[in-house]
Amino acid sequence: MKYKHTTLALMLAAAGLATTAAHAQQKVVIGFVTDMSSLYSDVEGKGGATAIQMAIDDFGGKALGQPIELLTADHQNKADIAASKAREWIDTQGVTMVFGGTNSGTAIATAKVAQEKKRVYFNNGAGSSALTNEACTPYTVHYAYDTVALAKGTGGAVVDTGGKSWFFLTADYAFGQALEKDTTAVVEAKGGKVAGFVRHPLNASDFSSFLLQAQSSKAQILGLANAGGDTINSIKAAKEFGIDKTMKIAGLLVFLSDIHSLGLKNTAGLLHTTSWYWDKDDASREFANKFFAKMKRMPTDVQAADYSATMTYLKAVAAVKTTDADKVMEYMKKTPINDFFAKNGVIRPDGRMVHDMYLVEAKQLSDSKKPWDYLKIVKTLPGDSVFTTKAESKCALWK
Amino acid sequence: MEIFGISLQGLLSQLLLGLVNGSFYAILSLGLAVIFGLLNVINFAHGALFMMGAVVTWMAMNYFGINYWVMLIVAPLIVGLFGVILERLLLRWIYKLDHLYGLLLTLGLTLLIEGAFRSAYGVSGLGYDTPDLLTGGTNLGFMFLPNYRAWVVVVSITVCFATWFVIEKTKLGAYLRAGTENPRLVEAFGVNVPVMVTLTYAFGAALAAFAGVLSAPIYQVSPLMGQNLIIVVFAVVVIGGMGSIMGSILTGLGLGVIEGLTKVFYPEASSTVVFVIMVIVLLVRPAGLFGKEN
Repeated sequence: MKYKHTTLALMLAAAGLATTAAHAQQKVVIGFVTDMSSLYSDVEGKGGATAIQMAIDDFGGKALGQPIELLTADHQNKADIAASKAREWIDTQGVTMVFGGTNSGTAIATAKVAQEKKRVYFNNGAGSSALTNEACTPYTVHYAYDTVALAKGTGGAVVDTGGKSWFFLTADYAFGQALEKDTTAVVEAKGGKVAGFVRHPLNASDFSSFLLQAQSSKAQILGLANAGGDTINSIKAAKEFGIDKTMKIAGLLVFLSDIHSLGLKNTAGLLHTTSWYWDKDDASREFANKFFAKMKRMPTDVQAADYSATMTYLKAVAAVKTTDADKVMEYMKKTPINDFFAKNGVIRPDGRMVHDMYLVEAKQLSDSKKPWDYLKIVKTLPGDSVFTTKAESKCALWK
Repeated sequence: MEIFGISLQGLLSQLLLGLVNGSFYAILSLGLAVIFGLLNVINFAHGALFMMGAVVTWMAMNYFGINYWVMLIVAPLIVGLFGVILERLLLRWIYKLDHLYGLLLTLGLTLLIEGAFRSAYGVSGLGYDTPDLLTGGTNLGFMFLPNYRAWVVVVSITVCFATWFVIEKTKLGAYLRAGTENPRLVEAFGVNVPVMVTLTYAFGAALAAFAGVLSAPIYQVSPLMGQNLIIVVFAVVVIGGMGSIMGSILTGLGLGVIEGLTKVFYPEASSTVVFVIMVIVLLVRPAGLFGKEN
């Protein structure tokens, strides 16, 4: 009995010490875990880490009187690696903000760890709208874009111009399925129909077989609910097999790096939705040129968002003078975001950062005047019109 | 006419596409089988060599304006030469050791080579245009077959059977086979076995590069393109039987077709079907379909 009491006392003492340690620990440590080596690494990857570091440097390199630290890791598109890395960082390196990256499967897993450990969780690269819907947490900030915005943006625009029957080529995991589901909802709401879908494994190399199935569906629109390397190979094979002559391709998630890789010859006219474009205005060009000087590539919208999100977090920490996740989140949710990435951006109770999105079209080769001059902005899509609405939301935090 | 809900036309076109992919599997697994058969090395660097073939082809076009047809010969020579260097500098020290060492060494090489190209070119890939002579396609009635894909099937099957013929039916092939059985005895007949082994590795590397050149206009030329293929190709070799030349050719083509059919009937499983077959084959015939049990 006495032994039990001693143990209890010891445990309490240890818990007390741990709390003190947590309070004393005020150093800002950002842990960035994304795809650094595989099919999504040009979308964010090392360029994302560079953008975050640029924000840290521009902030002065210090917060709360101590140097800001950035840790990075490659999750190899495996949810278990992403989640265990985040856990390890929080437990042993004192990470105060977990910065999740591309791949929705990894993002949902990591957001859960951040919630359990009460750490701020940012994500730009992952698309799944579930992050701020079914899987929303009080600590998640989904900053750049999501599948609902892409669906309403691109899907809506295509249906409005007469593309009523769709066939989906879908990446078979959280992101692709969310994008397919969200776009189907938009298409059907606008009176269109879905003729069918085929789900391909992530990082598939040959798409010809899937494309022939799409063609035989006789649908007007081929909706690509995939991303990165998968989108690139889909578009390339669609050209090769002449699919683009009978169907119009709608790239539901296209990044600048995809257009760069395929070239305008293969992508001219491709309509898609993006959260930012480097040639949008002077402030964007200024950031883009600084980024280009370091990476020899123009930033994707995700990489630009990485800079903006880091700045938002650091400003919040400086304002509330603590790294305490609850206080930082409270401040961020009531403070509008204004920079080159977002005008009057608002972080909603469900964690969604609402800002304007852009419907863009890949230029004709002859209209491209300089390197990386790839897109023209067709329409600005006000944030409230493209992101999940309160009525649609299933997030318990936003009721 | 419909078979299991899929039109006959659809089925025929999928079979043909499967054959196209199968011919890549065949030519790659053939190289692996030759290297394993004669050198006893499990060459994990095969995917990297395949990728090098494609990247070298892209570089030649972009930096020097050298066209596809020239590179179809030159790229395998360059990568073959690279193979000679690898074999002379590194691989020859490990022939007497366990297979595991060869596997680790070549895997390490793969990571180095792919990493180097990735840091230079990123992962999204570089576009390579189909050569003018083979652009367009033919309407076969049941499908539109791009001419380039037809060319890939014809040329890879030709190369595969030529290789099989040289190794199994000619005097040179007989030396090679004898050299692996009993190198000392063959040396006693005045054959330079170490040179023969080096050239064999170079030939395997050149075959991988040849497949790389063939694939450049089909896939984006990317540092990761080998990674995606190589694991499947290893499964093909295991299913066909390690070291069996004809086995790897036929298994490569056959599995391409089976994979193609899976893409129609249950697309979600298309990346795993080859491994399911591998498990079954290993349970029933551990030496592979065409392998000889010792």
